[in-house]
Amino acid sequence: MNFEFSAEQKELQDQARKFLAEKCPPRAVRNVLEGKDSYDRDLWKALAGMGFLGVSIPEKFGGAGAGYLELCVIAEEIGRALAPVPFASTVCLAAEALLIAGSEAQKQKWLPAIASGDAIGTLALFEGSGKPSAKAIKLAASGGVLNGIKKPVPDGAIADFAIVAARAGPSGRESDIALFLVDTKAGGVEAKPVDNIDPSRSQAELIFRDCRAELLGPATDGWNILSHLMDRAAVLMAFEQIGGADRALEMARDYALDRIAFGRPIGSFQAIKHMLADMYVSATLARSNSYFGAWALSTNAGELPEAAATARVSATQAFQHCAKNNIQVHGGMGFTWEFDCHLYYRRSNALALALGSQSYWEDALIDRLRRKNAA
Amino acid sequence: MNFEDTTQEAAFRSEVRQWISANAPKHLELELSRSSIGRIKLMNADILEVARAWQKKKFDAGWACLHWPREYGGRGASPIERVIWQQEEGVYDKLSSPFLIGEGMCGPTLMAYASEADKRRYLPKLASGEEIWCQLFSEPASGSDVAGLRTRAERDGDDWVVNGQKIWTSGGHYSAYGILITRTDPTVPKHKGLTMFLVNMKSPGVEVKPIKQANGMQEFNEVYFTDVRIPDSQRLGAVGEGWNVSLTTLMNERMSIGSRIATGFQELFDFCSRLKTENGLAIEDRATRARLADWSVKNSGLKYTSYRALSALSRGERPGPENSIGKLVAGSMMQEIAMYALDLQGANGVVSDPALAEVAAQFQTMLLSSPSNRIAGGTDEILRNIIAERVLGLPGDIRVDKDLAFNQIPIRGRR
Repeated sequence: MNFEFSAEQKELQDQARKFLAEKCPPRAVRNVLEGKDSYDRDLWKALAGMGFLGVSIPEKFGGAGAGYLELCVIAEEIGRALAPVPFASTVCLAAEALLIAGSEAQKQKWLPAIASGDAIGTLALFEGSGKPSAKAIKLAASGGVLNGIKKPVPDGAIADFAIVAARAGPSGRESDIALFLVDTKAGGVEAKPVDNIDPSRSQAELIFRDCRAELLGPATDGWNILSHLMDRAAVLMAFEQIGGADRALEMARDYALDRIAFGRPIGSFQAIKHMLADMYVSATLARSNSYFGAWALSTNAGELPEAAATARVSATQAFQHCAKNNIQVHGGMGFTWEFDCHLYYRRSNALALALGSQSYWEDALIDRLRRKNAA
Repeated sequence: MNFEDTTQEAAFRSEVRQWISANAPKHLELELSRSSIGRIKLMNADILEVARAWQKKKFDAGWACLHWPREYGGRGASPIERVIWQQEEGVYDKLSSPFLIGEGMCGPTLMAYASEADKRRYLPKLASGEEIWCQLFSEPASGSDVAGLRTRAERDGDDWVVNGQKIWTSGGHYSAYGILITRTDPTVPKHKGLTMFLVNMKSPGVEVKPIKQANGMQEFNEVYFTDVRIPDSQRLGAVGEGWNVSLTTLMNERMSIGSRIATGFQELFDFCSRLKTENGLAIEDRATRARLADWSVKNSGLKYTSYRALSALSRGERPGPENSIGKLVAGSMMQEIAMYALDLQGANGVVSDPALAEVAAQFQTMLLSSPSNRIAGGTDEILRNIIAERVLGLPGDIRVDKDLAFNQIPIRGRR
């Protein structure tokens, strides 16, 4: 048993951290947050140039052909820097959907473009409020033509292609759900950006009107593919979350050391120390759970469903906990636009919802534990 | 990153599994599985006898304190092998509880500070369970502030004469020996005037009085020392170095990583999977599932955190401070779990008769015992201070007594 990243993986992480510290300072996040850009194009291209976007894409599709552990450490750094790029949508969701279920031609068309930073992809799953479920998917597919509305779609207004979950059969069973690949530039899709709690990553409404689409994977297998896809994305996004949680904790710690009140650093008061200790506890538990998720993902272990839900629930808790208490430690300054605390607060809450709510994943975790215990 | 056993580890695991399967007291498996760690009551057997018999059997076959060197009673096992042993030992690991303080704290302190002859004299019998050890640190007036202890040791020829009182001494009533920290110089600041000894608990002048605890059990003791003579040869470390010796003891405790930390999660999960309510099984209830999920990720987070520390150890590195979160998380979690399990039982949750209560009153016992888990071995508040100061680098508390001679420190607050 060895439960750490290798020296090479740590080196890659270090490289990504340095790179992002230079190319993605808080100013870059704010440019997108304040609406000057819908995402940071230069950063996106630069990440591609470093090979980070295609790190786990096979070489024959233009990637580096490294494993998921490498992708996890990069995701952590993306999260730590709050990179305002469509990483979760394109790399964690769209690329993974292609890798799980794409045809040779579909992979050949889109994966190299993702790795090179030339294509942005997304997953169009949700149709308004509610948890992920086969029943909630109403968007209709008939003869390879889609009609309906998806909302919210992460980075939907800047995506070049979307993986769309649609209802293709009348039986009312999960097997009615099919996945389709849509080239958003080919017509039939209208994208409307929607305001969201974390404008450093965009959200959109996609309206499909007689939109031509090609199947992704077997027509009756959409829901199974989605479930597996969500598990993979849960692990990768957990790394974004633990990266963000760690940074929020560091910010709070640094401020507590600098800020003087009542004649001493506020970090010398137990009320503050204990708050920070509890943030450290959440962040550490989430990190350890995410490592287990990374192992399960990288080895495609049978434990992946349980490990993914565990990593997801834990990392969501940790990032939300650290981000909200980072504001609290900063006091009034933490609630100003000028301080960066709200950037982490926004991202923590957006990521918490990105794959369906915390209660959805809690429920999923208990189902999976029951299955394991029954076995 | 790899969770699978190596070939060598798999071979070791299979050897362990075979031995345990052939030797464990299987007739106690169910009762043990329903007991909280450290709170075991057996219907038809004396727990200490059963625990000692299992420990001795393990020792004779080389499985007790297996990470210790052979000459001191172990088998020189690696940290990973030790964890494999604990995983395989399963519920029978609960029988180790009378020996944990000796194995985790006293043994390592002896290894670091005792003479070679004493190590060979004491350690194997500690490992075999023949002689149980206790730790005599806390006092009525110094709990969290352990360096404020007042038990005096005064030099008299080749001996030291000890007078004072210790408290919260787990297992003191059945211990043969203990490690004892005393004040040898009250004229210097409190951390500087301390000295550590090993003491025979049967020495004249040692009196052990059990403390009846809030849960009705008696595991802790008060230990009184009245003119107890301890030969200077039983001193551990230099005179005045007791504080550093005690830190070694505590650091070794942190190094002794395993999967022993009990949270009560699996017990609750099993209970919820069986408990029928008017709307189906408890585990099908949404509110219950949310609580279970939260505890589940804490439980697994602790497990994998200990695996990370173990990986560091097996690479020859010191485990990082992340392992210090274990007791902090597990302590309050077990208390919350016990309360929730009783809540699920409704009014019947009040019943604590093992013959009538759910799961032989496992959760009622857990409820009444669990406050101690948040206090013993460092309160939740002290643990948070440790994390804040040693891990996050925040300033220490303002210590008004730091530079005062010990005998100048005020001893009473204002009423």
